[in-house]
Amino acid sequence: MSFMSDLIHGADGKFDVDSLSALQKVTLRAVVMSFLFYGLAAIEGMIMRVATVVPSIPPVHAQPEHYFSIMTVHPIVGIFGSTYQLVFAAFMFLIPYLTKKPLFSIKLANFVWIMITVGTATSWIAAFVWQYAPLYTLYWPLPADTEQFKIIGGIVFVLGVAMIMIGTLGFIYNIYATIFARVGIHKNKTTKELLISGFGIDGLFNLFHKLTGRQPYTKEPALSLPVVAIFRGTVDTFLDALVILSAGILVLVYLLADAGGLNWDVHAVDALLYKNWFWWGLDLVADGLVLIYVAGSWYLLATIITGQKLFMENVARAALMLELLVSWMVWSHHLLADQGQPEMMKLVSGEMVTAFELLTQGLALFITLMTLWKARPLKMTNELKYLLGGLVGFGLAVPAGIIQADMAMNRVLHNTQWIIGAHVHIAILVGLTMTLYSVVYVLFPIVTNNAKLWSQKLANIHFWLQLIGGIGMGAFMGMAGLDGMLRRHMYLNGEFSTYMTLAAIFGTMLLSAWVIFLFNIIMSVGLKGLIGIFLPAKNDIASYGLEEEEELEPVPAKA
Amino acid sequence: MSFSNSIELLQFHWMAYTIYSFMIISVIAWFAYNLTKKEKAKAVVRIPFYTYMAFLVAGGVGHHIFTYNTVPWVSEDLTRHEITPDKTYHISIAKHHYSMPKEKILIACGEKVMFDVVSSDLTYGFGLFRKDGSMVTQMQVNPGSKNDLLWTFNHNGVFDLMSTEYSGPAGNAMFVPDAVEVRGCQRKVAMLEGGAK
Repeated sequence: MSFMSDLIHGADGKFDVDSLSALQKVTLRAVVMSFLFYGLAAIEGMIMRVATVVPSIPPVHAQPEHYFSIMTVHPIVGIFGSTYQLVFAAFMFLIPYLTKKPLFSIKLANFVWIMITVGTATSWIAAFVWQYAPLYTLYWPLPADTEQFKIIGGIVFVLGVAMIMIGTLGFIYNIYATIFARVGIHKNKTTKELLISGFGIDGLFNLFHKLTGRQPYTKEPALSLPVVAIFRGTVDTFLDALVILSAGILVLVYLLADAGGLNWDVHAVDALLYKNWFWWGLDLVADGLVLIYVAGSWYLLATIITGQKLFMENVARAALMLELLVSWMVWSHHLLADQGQPEMMKLVSGEMVTAFELLTQGLALFITLMTLWKARPLKMTNELKYLLGGLVGFGLAVPAGIIQADMAMNRVLHNTQWIIGAHVHIAILVGLTMTLYSVVYVLFPIVTNNAKLWSQKLANIHFWLQLIGGIGMGAFMGMAGLDGMLRRHMYLNGEFSTYMTLAAIFGTMLLSAWVIFLFNIIMSVGLKGLIGIFLPAKNDIASYGLEEEEELEPVPAKA
Repeated sequence: MSFSNSIELLQFHWMAYTIYSFMIISVIAWFAYNLTKKEKAKAVVRIPFYTYMAFLVAGGVGHHIFTYNTVPWVSEDLTRHEITPDKTYHISIAKHHYSMPKEKILIACGEKVMFDVVSSDLTYGFGLFRKDGSMVTQMQVNPGSKNDLLWTFNHNGVFDLMSTEYSGPAGNAMFVPDAVEVRGCQRKVAMLEGGAK
C-alpha cells in the first residue's frame, strides 16, 4: 500500500471504522482527545522550560503573568485533559471487557469525554485570555485575589474545572453501575458479595483462612483483580472530585460576591485548614488513584502478557485495600514546611504513613515482575517493554517521593524542582504514561478490530525517546532543585540555564516521541478512520465479546 | 555522622539517590534481558520475599530515623516550642513585600535564631539562599497561622531572602538581597562548587 493510501485509509486498509461498536467508538474518541491534550501539555512544558533559559520567548515575553498562566493550565491539561481522559476511556472499556457485562450507558460515556474536553478547554481559555493564574494548588485566598486576577477569568476557570469534575462523577457512576449490574456472570451475585470482592475483603479472608489451615473463603472471587483495583481507585477519584468541587464552589462564591460589590473577608476561611482539606483531596489523585490504578494496570498487563494467573493474588488484593487506607492518610507530607501544622500530623501522616507507599508500590512491582518471570521466555512485545518502562518510572519516582516526605529533606527540597522533576514528572511521564502506553498497545487491536500498526520501527523509536527523554528531563530538573531552583518561580537572568538547557534537550525527545506516536497511529487508522471515530456507530453494542457467550444476548446500550 | 548544613546533606543525598537510580534501572534491565531467554538465568542474589518486605519497611522508616539522628534541624524543629532562642526576628509580609527588622539581621555563629513571620494577606514563603542560589532553609508563611522557624547557622555567609511559595505573578519580585549575615564561624562560607548564580 502507498503512503497516501495508508494516510487516508489506514495501514493496509485494515481499519474498518464501520465495524466498530458504540463501546469501541466512545473509547477511541476519548483516547484521541487525550493524546491531543498530551501534546498541548508537552508544548506548554517546553515553552516554560525554554523560558527559564530565554525568558523573552513568545508567548511568555519575560512576563510572569504569562509564564504563570501557562503553569496554571499545564497540569489541568496534562492531568485531567490527557491522563484522566485516557484512564477513564481505558477503564470504561475494560470493565465491560473483564466482567463480560455491557457498559451501563454509552450516552454517559460520551458525556464524560465531552465534559472533560470542554472543561479543560474552558480552563485553558481562562488562563490564555485573562491570565488567571492561581496555579493548580489554589492556595487560599490567592484564587479569590481580585487585585491580581480578573473576576471573569476566575469564574471561567472554576467553571471549566467544575465541568471536568462533573464528567469525572459521570465516569464514576458508569463504572459502579456496570460493576453492580446483576447481569451476565454476576446475575446470581448479591450486592454484598460484589462489595466484599470490590474492597478485597475476600482476599483478606482467603489469607486468614490459609494461615489458619482452612479451605479458601472463595476460590473464585466475584471480581477479578484488575476490576478490584479500578473499584478501589475509583473511591479515591470520587472523594477527590468532591474536594475539588467544594474548593471551586468556595472560590466561585467569593468571586461572585466581589462582582456583586460585596467585600467579603477572605480570612473568614483559614488558609492552613483549607490547605489541609485541599491537599487531602488532591493527594487522593497522586497517592491514591494513580498508585492503585497503576498497580491494577500492572497486574492486568502481566496476566494478559503472560496468559497466566497473577503471582500472590490474595496478597495483591489485600495490598490494594491497604493502599486505599494509606492514600487517605498521607496528605500531611505536603505540609511539612508549614510550621502551623501540628507536629504529630507531620510525623504520623507526613512521614510514617507516607513511607508505607514504598511498601505497597514495592509489593506491586515485585508481584508484577514475578508474574512475568514465572512465564519466561516471553517475547519483547510493545506492551511488555512499555510495562517494564512503567516499572522503571515508579521504581525511580516513588523513592524520590519518600525521600522528600521527610522533615529534614523537606526543609531544603520543598517547592524546588526536585519535587516536580525527580518525583512528579518521572512518575507521570515515565511511570504512568509508559504503563498507559502498554495498555494502549494491548487494547489497540481489540478496540480497533485488528487494525494494523503502521510501523514497528516508529513504535520502537517512540519507546526509547519516551524512556530516555522522561528520565533525563526529570533528572536534570531534580539536580537543579538540589542546587536551589524553585518550581514556582520565574528566573529571568538565566540562573539555572545549564540544567534547564539539558532538561530541554530531553524534553525535546519527549515532544518528538509524541509526534512520532501520533503519526504512527494516524497512519495505522487513516484520516478517514480518525474522522469516522467521531461519527455515530452503526452498531450500538455496549459490550465486548458477549455475542460469543451462549446464554447471553448482546446487550444494547441503555438510554 | 552529622550534617552541619543543607549542602552537605544534599550532596550526600545526590550521591545516594544516583547510586540507587542506576541500581533500579540495572535490575529492571536485567529482568528485561532475561525475560526473553529460554535458558534459566543465574540469579545474582536470591532475596526471600519477607526479606524484601522487611527491606522496604526498613528503608521507609529507617530513612526518617537516619535523618532525625544526623540532621540537627529536625529535632530542633520538633522541640522549638521548648527552646529559648538567642534571638528572635519579627518579619511581616503584606502585598508581596517583606517588612524587615530595622536593624540588619546579624547572627553570631551557633546562635539559635527564631524567625517569626506573619502574613496579613496571602500565603507566601520564607526562604534563605546563598549567593550561589542554593537553599539554606525555608518555611511556608500562611495568613492566620504561626510561622516560626528556629535555625542554627554553622557557616559564615550573607544570605538573600526569597519567597519560596507562589503568591501570584507579583510575588516573583519578592527578593531581599543580603537579608541575613552570619559571622564568627571557623568554617568558611558554604557554597556549591560552580553554583548557579
